[in-house]
Amino acid sequence: MDLMYIHILLLGLIISFSVIAAVNTRIIKAAILLAFISLLTTLVLFLLKMPLAAIFELSVCAGLITVIFISVISLTNPLTREERAEEKTKMFKRVVFLPVIVLVCGAAFYMLEKSVDFIPVVSDAVSVSAETGMWNTRQIDLAGQIIIILTGVFGVIALFKDNKDDGGGK
Amino acid sequence: MSYESLVLFKLYLITAPLLFVVGIYAVITTRNIIAMIIGLEIMTKGVTILLAAAGYFNGKPQLVEPLIITMIVVEVVILMISAGYIINIVKKHNSLDVSNINKLKG
Repeated sequence: MDLMYIHILLLGLIISFSVIAAVNTRIIKAAILLAFISLLTTLVLFLLKMPLAAIFELSVCAGLITVIFISVISLTNPLTREERAEEKTKMFKRVVFLPVIVLVCGAAFYMLEKSVDFIPVVSDAVSVSAETGMWNTRQIDLAGQIIIILTGVFGVIALFKDNKDDGGGK
Repeated sequence: MSYESLVLFKLYLITAPLLFVVGIYAVITTRNIIAMIIGLEIMTKGVTILLAAAGYFNGKPQLVEPLIITMIVVEVVILMISAGYIINIVKKHNSLDVSNINKLKG
């Protein structure tokens, strides 16, 4: 029963942080809140007996993605005073509407799930390790991951290529 | 135990779509391109939690783990490309507002 309260606490914190991140006008704060959301997701994954995915979530989502976000924010111009004032007036509207939307959608999902009669089979002991599953049954996934990473690398190279014909080069 | 896990299962089934809704709201109510990407990340978190819950409550978390890892890899690559695009857009238009980006001309 205690474990259930931990699940409820973690999920509640994830929802609260995501609502605050969605309505925040300061992008840097939203990025840091996103890192906290990733941290809480890591804890949820540990509780759901997925340690490998949890480590990935912690190192990549809470670490790398936050670093990328902060680098992008520091490389771009901050908002001007007028833009910030305009954003703040919009923020009040968002602060009012988003909790209402969350409550209405939560109630709607609750009503929809009243008819769920699936009896969960919670795994106590994992018979096949995730590593074995990954290397033996998910080879296509691995090939896909390699292709996606290469796509990302070549995409970034193409985006940052110094195009001298365009007048952008020095 | 089974009643408790059913309650937990339903809790996850409510939380994950809620996170997706919050992410969609964050994407459609802002014109700042970085805030849009943050909304997209929140949506991805919802999908991650739903996948993890599906694996755990079916008794086969080891089959879902590689899928979550693949999703994280895709997420990072999308973010990398988006970051490149954002920096190029800011260089060209000097603004993060998507309404200023109305020219597809190279």
